[in-house]
Amino acid sequence: MSDPRTTVTTPGLLAEGTHDPGTPPAGIKRAPTGVDHLATEHLVINMGPQHPSTHGVLRLLIEVDGEEVVTVEVSVGYLHRGIEKLAEHRRFNAIGTLMDRGDYVSGIHGETAVALAVERLMEIEVPRKAQWLRSLAAELNRIASHLVWFGTFGLDTGGMGQFLYAMRDREAILDILEAITGQRMMFNYARPGGVVADLPVGIDEKIRAFCDTFDTYLDEHHALLGGNEIFQGRVKGIGIIDAEKAFAFGLTGANLRGAGVDFDVRKKRPYDAYPELDWEVPLGSAGDAWDRYMVRMGEMRQSARMIRQLIDGIPEGEHTAKVPKVLRPPAGEIYACVESSRGETGIHLVTDGGDTPYRMHYRAPSIFALQAVEDIVPGHLIADTVMMVGSTDVMLGETDR
Amino acid sequence: MSPTLAVIVRLVAVLGLMLTNGVVMIYLLRKVLGHLHIRLGPMHVGWHGLLQTVNDVLKLLTKEDLTPRAVDKVLFFLAPVVVFVPSLMAYLALPFSEALRATRLETGMLFTFAVLAIVPIGILMAGWASANKWSLLGGMRAAAMQIAYEVPLLLSVLPIVMIAGTMELGAVVDAQAGTWFGLVPRWFITDPLLWPTFLIFLISSLIEVNQTPFDMSEGESEIVAGFASEYSAMKFALMFLSEFSNTFVVSAMGVTLFFGGWLLPWAPDSWYEAVPALAPIVFLTKAYVGVVLLWWIRGTFPRVRIDQMMSLGWKRLIPAALAMILITGVVQKLLAPVLYRAVG
Repeated sequence: MSDPRTTVTTPGLLAEGTHDPGTPPAGIKRAPTGVDHLATEHLVINMGPQHPSTHGVLRLLIEVDGEEVVTVEVSVGYLHRGIEKLAEHRRFNAIGTLMDRGDYVSGIHGETAVALAVERLMEIEVPRKAQWLRSLAAELNRIASHLVWFGTFGLDTGGMGQFLYAMRDREAILDILEAITGQRMMFNYARPGGVVADLPVGIDEKIRAFCDTFDTYLDEHHALLGGNEIFQGRVKGIGIIDAEKAFAFGLTGANLRGAGVDFDVRKKRPYDAYPELDWEVPLGSAGDAWDRYMVRMGEMRQSARMIRQLIDGIPEGEHTAKVPKVLRPPAGEIYACVESSRGETGIHLVTDGGDTPYRMHYRAPSIFALQAVEDIVPGHLIADTVMMVGSTDVMLGETDR
Repeated sequence: MSPTLAVIVRLVAVLGLMLTNGVVMIYLLRKVLGHLHIRLGPMHVGWHGLLQTVNDVLKLLTKEDLTPRAVDKVLFFLAPVVVFVPSLMAYLALPFSEALRATRLETGMLFTFAVLAIVPIGILMAGWASANKWSLLGGMRAAAMQIAYEVPLLLSVLPIVMIAGTMELGAVVDAQAGTWFGLVPRWFITDPLLWPTFLIFLISSLIEVNQTPFDMSEGESEIVAGFASEYSAMKFALMFLSEFSNTFVVSAMGVTLFFGGWLLPWAPDSWYEAVPALAPIVFLTKAYVGVVLLWWIRGTFPRVRIDQMMSLGWKRLIPAALAMILITGVVQKLLAPVLYRAVG
């Protein structure tokens, strides 16, 4: 344990390995048998890692009494690629490519967090234009990510239509992002010092055209899913995470704001262009799945509002600061965070003066949300389980790293 | 033609109809859902994907018939049969026209709904025999749902029986001939008294055919594929086909009971005599329109939760259906003689 580079392992949730369905693994409580003659035998079901609606390779070990979930155990790590370890062998410019593969639906945010950390360590002055371009890409990406969430959350409820409508709009954003960054998902756009390239000629027209239609489309999306009484009956009042619980689990992002807590990294710890923009933070009140839904829908609208301001007010100047090819931040330690689509995405860098980080920690908001899922699901039905996982918008790429 | 041969010919015709219908409907579903979801559906096999379903049927036929080791082999094999055969039988009483139907049953309405009620038993068998927890959940859901919706479904058609005075489907259609005030076709759907009844019928039939707001027994986002999780190849195809076929039968029943069956509005009887194919064509067209409407709902709505469906069935639909029987009875006995005389 003396060498900090040693990876410390802790016993996993299901360390004892395989079990037969009859004997539940440690940690799963069983109703006492023989007390109640009407008590039925509980069934332990493995939901995932291959399941249509666990949003990636999430494994939930649920114990059900009929349809009702008695306990749930979240098991993660099926997508572990060792991003944090790999980062120790990448130069600071290249860590962004790993972050893209963390939260692969909104990659810009992770890249920005790394860039911010390195810039603050090296005290690089980032040109104002570069900050605006980063924020522009980040907000576009936030809409794209929320659209994926919106579509798949609808799929969790059994609706099919909204998914493809959401994909249509996401496709428009991905086309724009492809033009800006050269990639559709794995951007590697935000780099320490600025961004990799200036805006292509004529892209502002495309972005404006998208913004013009998007508000109408967003109303359509909301009418299609949120306006449906069946959907409202499914999400209202389920999966309540109140402010106290949200703090206890360390939730951030829409999961925290759904409980009415006004915390947004963009407002509270401003970075890039956000202090100069005029926008609001949508808040919920009760903290149920419906509140989280409404917060995310509101965020998409706010993002569109920001994109309009960003594209109208892009300052003149360079798109990146003058930075050396090989970045060698001084020895030190820094934490930088951004508001990603899922909450506070943070990068904790420890440097030793070399060209690679000594140690990197990736604070991914989804893992906290999954802990909350473990707490809120018991007592609900199987159908609600997938809804609650969906409503917290977890991303297994960043959970497992 | 000897009576035995006639029966065989009719059964073969019904089987042929069901299979062709299934192939057509699968293609139609994929196209309808595709366009509802701003995509194209099958496009590559044949003109606009016309041969896609043929391709899929061939694929299913040639696929390895997999039986997992842990299943209850007898039930596992029997379940698709129990699901499929009632779906086939449901075609027997459908009145495509005055003359064109497999058999003329005095209790046609009851018969059709009764055989459809066997299907969930097969689903329960499949769920139980599959030795898969998801399948088991799906099977149990199907069983619980059946009791909750079968009762209101049957109760909801009773007002029709009271008004038409018969359970014979052809006679029900005949009872809808003519017009109100010489203007509005006298189909049961134009009778405001039957509108609540139609709503109950519509909701119950959506549950009957496992369509999206009520597809809990195979709700893929919750329980993977429910009762069908372990089925593959032709066994799966039979279950799938049965579901499509039930959608058609339910739509055809709706057309027969509420939308005047093979009747065209304002068409004189002589037309049907002049063109024998007119009645079946009208009937099929109406039935397909009904199917597409069901799919529209399927492609748009999210799924209700099992407890919500239960409370809908027990607390809303059944009392409402009973109330409608009472109201229809009162109106029929007390008001109708006066009203119908006034209307002519």
